[in-house]
Amino acid sequence: MDARSQERPTRFLLGEEALANQSGEGEKGTMKAHRIYALVTRYVYLYRRSLPRMMEIFYWPFLDLVIWGFITVYLMKFQGQIPGAVTFFLGALILWDILFRAQQGVTISFLEEIWARNLMNLFASPLKPSEFLAATMVMSILKVMAVSVVMVVCAGLFYSYNIFVLGLWLIPFVLNLVITGWIIGVLTTALIMRFGQEAEVLAWSMVFLFQPISCVFYPMEVLPGWLQVIAWANPAAHVFEGMRAVLNTSAEPVTHLGWATGLNLVLLGMAIALFHWMFELCRERGLLVRIGE
Amino acid sequence: MPIPVLHVQHLVKRFGEFVAVNDISFDIRPGEILGLLGPNGAGKTTTIQMLLGVVTPTAGSIQMFGLDLAVHREEILQQVNFSSTYVAMPQALTVEENLWVIARLYGLSQTQERVDDIVKRLEMEEFRHKVTRKLSSGQSTRLGLAKAFLTEPKILFLDEPTASLDPDIAQKIRSFLKEERRSSGLSVLYSSHNMHEMEEMSDRIIFLQRGKIVAEGTAQEIVARFGQADLEEVFVKLAREK
Repeated sequence: MDARSQERPTRFLLGEEALANQSGEGEKGTMKAHRIYALVTRYVYLYRRSLPRMMEIFYWPFLDLVIWGFITVYLMKFQGQIPGAVTFFLGALILWDILFRAQQGVTISFLEEIWARNLMNLFASPLKPSEFLAATMVMSILKVMAVSVVMVVCAGLFYSYNIFVLGLWLIPFVLNLVITGWIIGVLTTALIMRFGQEAEVLAWSMVFLFQPISCVFYPMEVLPGWLQVIAWANPAAHVFEGMRAVLNTSAEPVTHLGWATGLNLVLLGMAIALFHWMFELCRERGLLVRIGE
Repeated sequence: MPIPVLHVQHLVKRFGEFVAVNDISFDIRPGEILGLLGPNGAGKTTTIQMLLGVVTPTAGSIQMFGLDLAVHREEILQQVNFSSTYVAMPQALTVEENLWVIARLYGLSQTQERVDDIVKRLEMEEFRHKVTRKLSSGQSTRLGLAKAFLTEPKILFLDEPTASLDPDIAQKIRSFLKEERRSSGLSVLYSSHNMHEMEEMSDRIIFLQRGKIVAEGTAQEIVARFGQADLEEVFVKLAREK
């Protein structure tokens, strides 16, 4: 091995002096963009040369769209009974997939670290749990963007469907669904971290626990009373109710969006707090370095 | 006496009823290589994991550069790194991609120069573009070391860095470590089951058994204290003691 030709200083800095002289200095407690960028780069490297990972973004959303598209074409024969069937079903499907991919973006990124047994490398570095979560959320946005383009283009080409019929309301709808996806993603990640790799099935199944109470393909009124109470606490249900309000009556879904946003902020805060609590619990029990073994 | 860069006091780790690390205290001084010796299950890995902040101690304190790890985790870990035969780098990335991710994670400047430099110094040019899962065990070990040295740490934790290496590469790695220590004043906590390597590399050794420090000193001091021929015999004697 090559010896270093030029010697480096051997003086050691202690305490505050060490803090002031280290690289990446800054306000304590703040997140560092370079660490978030490092993780996002890692995930992009992973996706760049992996066909199965690319399929997760393109293949499944495409299949979803084809199947639901045909169902919708069939339902169009009964337009009289179900007015606006195409708009409802395809629009709901695209919006649901946005939520689903947003959740996957967070949870699958964590699973990638378990599969690679990389958690020790990451958390023995200056990386903070909050920076890790932020990186998974950035990945989730990238995935949502890719999936949305695929679905919107395919819906337009195959079924002449235009999601932008929802107008500018689409923007707050999508933003709220992405945040709901993050909430479910962070919650799932916290559970996988706590209960280990055996719980990884939650990455694909947890979101479907929320689907019935999200009222994606049917209005809230079809749920039994007691389930409606639960559904109202779900931000996604407000988004889909809002979507139907826009399509049915052209009413402005301000109240629904207000509820969705408020609930999202509260629940996201709670999910992040749960993740941090689980993280500390796992450090205490030595689980963080044993996940995946 | 120089101020220690690492100061461990009354460190304890319990997992339920099991005591993995039982009230250990030790220091590492600037530029010192401290050997961490002990049979399997003695608490070496748990100790290193606590020093890296991935396992929370039940009791005791860890200070590095005069700062408490529990309070200044981020600042301390910026100046610390580790390499372990048992912790691989992500397998789906190439060697160079892995090093780039680490460089960004630690916010290093002049990334390309640093990556080129460490690749050259550890003789990794021929496999720098290879996917990590296709590396031999010796190449993987070198990648782990490259990852650790890339960030120019002031304290390095090495968990059996030459296990699985052929004698030629192992000797080169040891020479590299000595040279790094000489040129940069790096402090190292070095764990190995190779007693000759321990004697060659360590300025001092602490011997852990069932979570406690049962011997401490230079290799010669420990051998003399236990009246054995060499460190290997001391190891066998201590490991077999009830």
